[in-house]
Amino acid sequence: MSITVDGLSHTYHPGTPLETLALDDVSLECGSGEWLSVVGHTGSGKSTLAQHLNGILFPERGTVSVDGMEVKEKSARLRDVRRAVGLVFQYPEQQLFAENVLEEISFAPRNWGIPESRIPALASSALSLTGLDETYLPRSPFHLSGGEKRKVAIASVLAGEPSYLVLDEPTAGLDSWSRRELVSLLVRLKGEGLGIILVTHDLDIALQHSDSILMLDRGRCIIMDTPRKVMEHLQEHPAPGLHLPEIAALSASLRNADPGAPLTWDWKELKRWVVTRTVAAHPHLPGGDS
Amino acid sequence: MKFLNHLTFGQYVPADSLVHRLDPRCKILAVLVVLTGIFLARHILVFAAWGGLLFSLAVLSHLPFRLVLRSAKPVLILVFFTAFIHVFFTDGTPLLEIGFITITREGVSGAVYMGLRLLFLVLFASFLTLTTKPMELSDGLERLFSPFVRFGFPAHELAMMMTIALRFIPTLLDETDRIMKAQLARGAAFDRGNLWKRLKAFLPVLIPLFVIVFQRAEDLATAMEARCYRGGEGRTRMHPLVWRTGDTLGALCVLAIVAGLIVGDRSFLS
Repeated sequence: MSITVDGLSHTYHPGTPLETLALDDVSLECGSGEWLSVVGHTGSGKSTLAQHLNGILFPERGTVSVDGMEVKEKSARLRDVRRAVGLVFQYPEQQLFAENVLEEISFAPRNWGIPESRIPALASSALSLTGLDETYLPRSPFHLSGGEKRKVAIASVLAGEPSYLVLDEPTAGLDSWSRRELVSLLVRLKGEGLGIILVTHDLDIALQHSDSILMLDRGRCIIMDTPRKVMEHLQEHPAPGLHLPEIAALSASLRNADPGAPLTWDWKELKRWVVTRTVAAHPHLPGGDS
Repeated sequence: MKFLNHLTFGQYVPADSLVHRLDPRCKILAVLVVLTGIFLARHILVFAAWGGLLFSLAVLSHLPFRLVLRSAKPVLILVFFTAFIHVFFTDGTPLLEIGFITITREGVSGAVYMGLRLLFLVLFASFLTLTTKPMELSDGLERLFSPFVRFGFPAHELAMMMTIALRFIPTLLDETDRIMKAQLARGAAFDRGNLWKRLKAFLPVLIPLFVIVFQRAEDLATAMEARCYRGGEGRTRMHPLVWRTGDTLGALCVLAIVAGLIVGDRSFLS
């Protein structure tokens, strides 16, 4: 069971002066319980790619298929695809419309034809996944804080019981605490067997949590590999708009001075190396404890 | 699925052409003259000439003709409706009689002429917005209306309102597109069920859109006040409009062509 994209290309405004090639021959695969991050500069085609994954946009060339169902404009199984792949848009809080949080979260399950009797339970469990409790259900979504609104919006997608979750820049504009909460939610969902596709320009999250990373530049795939390989690539070929996180940058510059230094984004790993090296260079010092 | 993924009617298309470089005031006045000319056209040869002019104008503006034709799409219904009325409700020499319906010679020709007239009106007018940046357009209007300010006419305010409205059309279309997609991803179906169901399906699009519009309006007001905006009095411009010799020449050309066509029309008819 997986989302498979093969040789996908997409052009905006074909046949007009504003014609732009947004995606050029992109391929990827993401299975259940896997985390794929799509990173790239603004305008690299990340959002366009995300919208292909659940049949909001359709391939001009190439194919997209979800659990064996091909995503095509006239496909009879289009709704099944949309149901299987939950898509959280950028600034999802702007899609809120209902009188209260319960209604908002019930929107997707009701549209998918989930029996009315199951919906309240689904709604509160989706909400509690995001870290909000049941007292929020009767409140108006418009009177919540920015972070809470985003959680409600994400819960409203989760309540449709998707097998995959595609998120477009879900951390944009969140404070560091909400950001950390969101990341741990995604880690939990992945643990429950959801396939996560995270579109982001936040390399910190992508490196730490992904199984693989796809790097886009002007619609083309630059590299798709494990976080470690992508980091090595980035260190040799810096990409505009994608900065290595500070720990990663530090480890890269240490490695320039000493080829034995590890190339990592994990401060603990780096600290271990620094301590071992210091102890080796100064045997009279007391041993480092981490 | 492409909802609003097409160029909006009459949206400015950047290009470097003679028409693009004309002063907006010249273009606005030219459109008025041309529209008058089209209204006065009555002979089929003159209509053909207008069609030719339309095509040459597209070439002169470096715009694909197809793109220009597309701006007529929103008024096609009106054109057909007008033609329909003309065909069935004009008295004159009968061509065809089916029961109580009589189609007359005058009706058919009236339908064709009126349809063409409407079509040409829209197509020529669309050149104004296709080749003029919204900012230039409202600057041009403000300057054209400025003589009436002394009679209490709010030229600047109207121009500013127009600028803002025009400026936000593409933005709001983008927003609508985005919200529709987001609701679609949550299983909304805009194309299923009866009319009532479809209308109801749009509520989850309209409500967030209203919220966004009010937010944007408030943000814009704050931003304008923060930059000490207080109306048009004593306001200078970064790009003042300059009337060049080319504009005078262009205006004279348009006048000559339209006058020629009107005179030609009269002489063909007599």
